[in-house]
Amino acid sequence: MGTLISIRDLRKSYGTFAVLHGIDLDIAEGEVVCVIGPSGSGKSTLIRCINHLEGFSAESAITVDGIKVQPGAALARVRAEVGMVFQSFNLFPHMTVLRNVMLAPIRVRNAAPAEAEAKARDLLARVGIAEQAEKYPGQLSGGQQQRVAIARALAMEPKVLLFDEPTSALDPEMVGEVLDVMKKLAGTGVTMVVVTHEMGFARQVADRVIFMDGGRIVESGTPADIFDTPRHERTRSFLRAVLNH
Amino acid sequence: MNLLNTFFNLRVLWESLPQLLWGLITTIEIGIVSIIAGLIGGLVLAVARLYAPAPGKLLIRIYVDIFRSIPLLVLLIVVYYALPFVGIRLSPFASTVTALGLVSAAYTAEIFRAGIEAVPHGQFEAAAALGFSNRHTMSDIILPQAIRIVIPPLTNNCINVLKDTALASVVAMPDLLKQATQAQALAANPTPLIGAALIYVILLWPMVAVVGRLEKHLSKGRR
Repeated sequence: MGTLISIRDLRKSYGTFAVLHGIDLDIAEGEVVCVIGPSGSGKSTLIRCINHLEGFSAESAITVDGIKVQPGAALARVRAEVGMVFQSFNLFPHMTVLRNVMLAPIRVRNAAPAEAEAKARDLLARVGIAEQAEKYPGQLSGGQQQRVAIARALAMEPKVLLFDEPTSALDPEMVGEVLDVMKKLAGTGVTMVVVTHEMGFARQVADRVIFMDGGRIVESGTPADIFDTPRHERTRSFLRAVLNH
Repeated sequence: MNLLNTFFNLRVLWESLPQLLWGLITTIEIGIVSIIAGLIGGLVLAVARLYAPAPGKLLIRIYVDIFRSIPLLVLLIVVYYALPFVGIRLSPFASTVTALGLVSAAYTAEIFRAGIEAVPHGQFEAAAALGFSNRHTMSDIILPQAIRIVIPPLTNNCINVLKDTALASVVAMPDLLKQATQAQALAANPTPLIGAALIYVILLWPMVAVVGRLEKHLSKGRR
């Protein structure tokens, strides 16, 4: 399988404070990559650079499906191929759940409204909230809202889905329902890059786990490599801290 | 001559009523045209300020600041009495609407800007991540949410514009106030002025009440 996302020497700083210190990363089609690490390690910034929600230094290069990620006309094309699920859901509160899911295909892909609606209902059924289609996001629980957000991202039929701590804003009893949807999704061959604190999910679902600290990739490998035989002391101490709770 | 006969002379009021109502129509015409011009101008300025390159942003800021600082009466007199010296001759109606529209656009731009800024940043990001164009981000996502926030201050601004139409009387526009002063001169009695004041209150009181209720309603909804 070919490389879908290629990241070369990704650097970013806020003023004089460097957040990312030159990251190199290739993600293959169909791969599920989990990015773990302490807060402030740059993991969210890393995936937000992939669809250019964050700008990055000029000498860095990111390509998605062969298209260079940079400001300009091609950026909307990249973004249409890259779905994103946010920590705080970011559903559109003034539209019904159904409209949230069907709007982007209509506006960005020029889909026919009837087709977009049929697909949206299908996706809502897949994430288990078909019966909430006519409600507004504010009437849904956090877990339900995040599942709508996943359906909204899927409606664009993206080549890759980015998850930015998708369960961090949820009540504990709702984490499971969102992770279940993501597990099912991972089984369908969608490329996924997941920034997460859910170590169980990473171990079970990831093809590759990346541990970041201080704006660098400290180590990466299979879940077994990272969780059972971590090579770096920094990885070991992080895992000790998060797994002993 | 007692007080009632001087200020609330029913006969004078009755005789001047048609004239006052003609004035009211003119006042409403000026108000509506100025409000629409201000709304369109303000919206364009607010959105342009968001997306324009830096020099454009600066120009819009300067425009907004200048037209919020200049007294409306001064601007109106400049437009009507000074512009003819450079060959721009506007009718009283056009002068009034120009002055009111320019100032209202500046205030409306600020109101819309505040409304757009009150929409959470995550909404812009979600729209961007889905590949929405700037135009669709604004028309589908941001403005529908911003407009809810800005309805009370926009209504307040409309009230101010309607009140400020009274300044049109200084450029010989036969608005409600001008008609009242003429009727007063004719009848040698100030009752038409009182009548005009009452008409302004009847016109604007409902709007003021609506703003109050909207503000209460919205602040409740946010909690």
